[in-house]
Amino acid sequence: MTNIKPNSSSHKSDPNRRQVLAGSAAVAAIGAFGLPVGAQTTAAPAASGAFASLGVPHIRRDGAEKARGGAKFAAEYSYPGMVYGALVYSTIARGTITSLETAEAEAAPGVVLVMTHENAPRLERPEPFYSSPTGMAGSSTPVMQDAEVLWNGQPVAVVLASTQEEADHAATLINVAYEEAEAVTSFDVAAESAQTSFYAGRDLLIEEGDAETALADAEVSIDLSFNTPAHNHNQIEPHAVTVLWQDGILRMHDCSQGVDLSAITIAKVFGISPAEVHLSAEYVGGGFGGKTVWQYHILAAAASQLADRPVRMSLTREGVFRICGARAPTRQRVALGSDREGRLTSLIHTGTTMKIENNSMTEPFFEQSEHMYRADNMHLEIRAGTMDMLANTFMRAPGAATGTFTLEVALDELAERLAIDPIELRVRNEPEVNPTTGRAHSQRALVDAYREGARRFGWIPRSGQRQGYREGEWQVGTGMAAAYYPYKRFPGGAARITLNGEGGALIETAAADMGMGTTTATAAVASERLGIPYDAIEVRHGDNTLPGALIAAASQQTAAIGASLTAAHEVLLAELASLVPATSPLHGLPAAELGTAEGALYSLADPQQQIPLVDLVALSESGTVSAEAQGGPISEWTQDWSMHSTGAVFTEVRVNSVTGEIRVPRITAIYDCGKILNSKLAESQFRGGIIMALGMTLMEGASFDERNGRVMNPSFGSYYMPTHLDVPHIDVGWTDIPDPQAPTGARGIGEIGMSGPAAAIANAIYDATGKRARDLPIRLDALM
Amino acid sequence: MTIEINNQPYDLPDDARISLLDFMRERLELFGSKKGCNQGACGACTVLVDGERILSCLALAAQYDGRSVTTIEGVANGDELHPLQALFVENEGMQCGYCTPGQIMSGIALKSELERGAPSNVSADLTVAPRMSRDEIKERLSGNLCRCGAHNGIIDAVAAYVGGEEQ
Repeated sequence: MTNIKPNSSSHKSDPNRRQVLAGSAAVAAIGAFGLPVGAQTTAAPAASGAFASLGVPHIRRDGAEKARGGAKFAAEYSYPGMVYGALVYSTIARGTITSLETAEAEAAPGVVLVMTHENAPRLERPEPFYSSPTGMAGSSTPVMQDAEVLWNGQPVAVVLASTQEEADHAATLINVAYEEAEAVTSFDVAAESAQTSFYAGRDLLIEEGDAETALADAEVSIDLSFNTPAHNHNQIEPHAVTVLWQDGILRMHDCSQGVDLSAITIAKVFGISPAEVHLSAEYVGGGFGGKTVWQYHILAAAASQLADRPVRMSLTREGVFRICGARAPTRQRVALGSDREGRLTSLIHTGTTMKIENNSMTEPFFEQSEHMYRADNMHLEIRAGTMDMLANTFMRAPGAATGTFTLEVALDELAERLAIDPIELRVRNEPEVNPTTGRAHSQRALVDAYREGARRFGWIPRSGQRQGYREGEWQVGTGMAAAYYPYKRFPGGAARITLNGEGGALIETAAADMGMGTTTATAAVASERLGIPYDAIEVRHGDNTLPGALIAAASQQTAAIGASLTAAHEVLLAELASLVPATSPLHGLPAAELGTAEGALYSLADPQQQIPLVDLVALSESGTVSAEAQGGPISEWTQDWSMHSTGAVFTEVRVNSVTGEIRVPRITAIYDCGKILNSKLAESQFRGGIIMALGMTLMEGASFDERNGRVMNPSFGSYYMPTHLDVPHIDVGWTDIPDPQAPTGARGIGEIGMSGPAAAIANAIYDATGKRARDLPIRLDALM
Repeated sequence: MTIEINNQPYDLPDDARISLLDFMRERLELFGSKKGCNQGACGACTVLVDGERILSCLALAAQYDGRSVTTIEGVANGDELHPLQALFVENEGMQCGYCTPGQIMSGIALKSELERGAPSNVSADLTVAPRMSRDEIKERLSGNLCRCGAHNGIIDAVAAYVGGEEQ
């Protein structure tokens, strides 16, 4: 089978894609089917020259170490006397442990400790996300403190033994008896008492006008319902930690997306100061929202304390499914009403999702509906039911992953009813300002992305007629959808810059790098800020003893680092100013009138007046000049502007008419995410999200047994994910227009790839087969 | 009972339960081979035994008496990366790096499998040597899962390494 990929191979080697986007070909192609040219777009700011040294496709800094197998992950640190942990998981959803038989395990070869709620140290409940500014745990469920069981899979015993084999064997010798209590393990049952959810500081309810009446009165309307299942992150590195209590310090080698917040959360559980926890995670084997604080960290540290031995706790793959949270299932309604020209008069996006009692995370699946399209009347609402289950949690593009699926399928159906091209329908509803907040867009060029995507994909405009065709036994179709993810920047970012005597600089920040290329991007940003060559910048990260409390989440870490570097650079300028000798024309100039470029401090007013940085560093007592600062206020997105990333995703789908097999041979996606800092790494980030979305669309789902709340497919053998033969070459591009309000001009790219493809694929399946699939995953049985 | 790993001889463990993967990681501190699933589903533990790839999590160490194992730590020439390692770096064939050693070991093995004419599930004609294509590479690497989504870069790297005709 041949994958036809027009446009994509030439694109890959084209260093000037931003000129391609600006070129007339795209405009002409779209103009041919009647889209307005240049509507609703924001021009690049005049200051774009300031970003000129960014965007170089540096290869990743840790590439060679990873390729050699030399990168050390959490379970790869060893200490003398270290023992191995194994967990025993509950087999009921709710109830009380009535007996624990541990004698046989304790007597088994190599066993050092069996820990249960009867002998575990007394611990505070972990602080979950949103319960405090530093909460990093998936839930506040007590960790092995009493006999109560709250989900099927809860750890009820820890075994420590000299080898993993001995620990695993001894864990099988423990017998646990329970008295079962009534548990809510059914979505339908929990949905009956679901309430409008309060999440991230607000009720998940937006009402503008009377959306139901407007829907009933609309000239054209659709009213659809959708279901999406739970999803697991399935990082290839299973969660693991190596723990050591030494000299009053709890030392943890972890796989964390936020080392500082993890350390603070764990310190509070043990009633110790955060300064008494040293937690590092230089390499993290995939995160996607799931590498946060789960019970295994605390159990490993508690057992290590009790046994007075270093402990390695590597979860089995099943263990990850049992105790590390998943994306929540959703049931969504999207109803759209419009006039005959396709202007939305009513947008209703409501539904139900599930959470647990002990967390505050509600899957926010209406956010794209809040910000993407103008509509005269809106009703957006998410109700959350409570189940006795494994915790739900953040997973790549929380909310938008499933929310764009439902909204963008609905738009496709509406476009068909209206006999309007799906791109045209979206363009007609492109908002001039944010549709719910009324704030101005900081930068938005989604219409450009539609145009460029359509051109590169070879989109065939349609007006109510399917364009699909048959090729032998394959039904071929195409579909498109918009992508969406908000810009965010969390407080707590900080960085330290230290100039050395050789003209180089060290950047230190407690940021995480789960593979996105954080250190590579940070070095480029620092190089541009400091005017120091990229190769002379060293970056240290992934350790809570470094400055800042950053978290690699919500696509905001790069912005947080950029703001921190800007602030630290200002302090550095003051430090450098204080070293300027009296004989220099720069003497006496305040920091605000100084800058750094090309290895020198210079006067902003008279750039010819400069002193090499190495000369100033030589004048310092320590032989280095150092400055540390926190990133500035985050008002750019919380108060001032509408800051959202968008994109346009196009897919071709082939469905086998005999077997129902679904293939996706072509994907083109164009993103409007502000400035792209490193084209090579960005391409990979976008594709990564798209591929995870491909999995979500066609194969993925954690199956819960509604009788007992147990995950039924806790393995890679039964939870399917895309592998190489499922993945086409993916053509990605971007508008590359710096966002003038974002610290580096970049809005973040980690999540947005996850939004859009599901709808684009579902719409293409319809184009190919005439069948609308509204439940994920869309497996072949849905098309037979 | 001895085993050779990256040209170094080692005594095999007494405990017959120990997998080849755990033997290397936990006894020899050779952490390059990764444990993603411990059930043969992800490929992160792929190593070569006498030139053939196996999943070391599904192999008991004791079964490999007298055999010669090559791991990711054994393919570079000192500081000089193996050509496929270098291609993975150049082509951004990785993100987090946890599946990377297995992908590279599979890439090295599949080249020799192709060179000796071994067919795969996507080979169109079993009576002749398989024709090189990206689908042949993808099929032969499909036992190596990547969750970050570096698939395109991985296939670019392996295709450049394998060479020959591309579709």
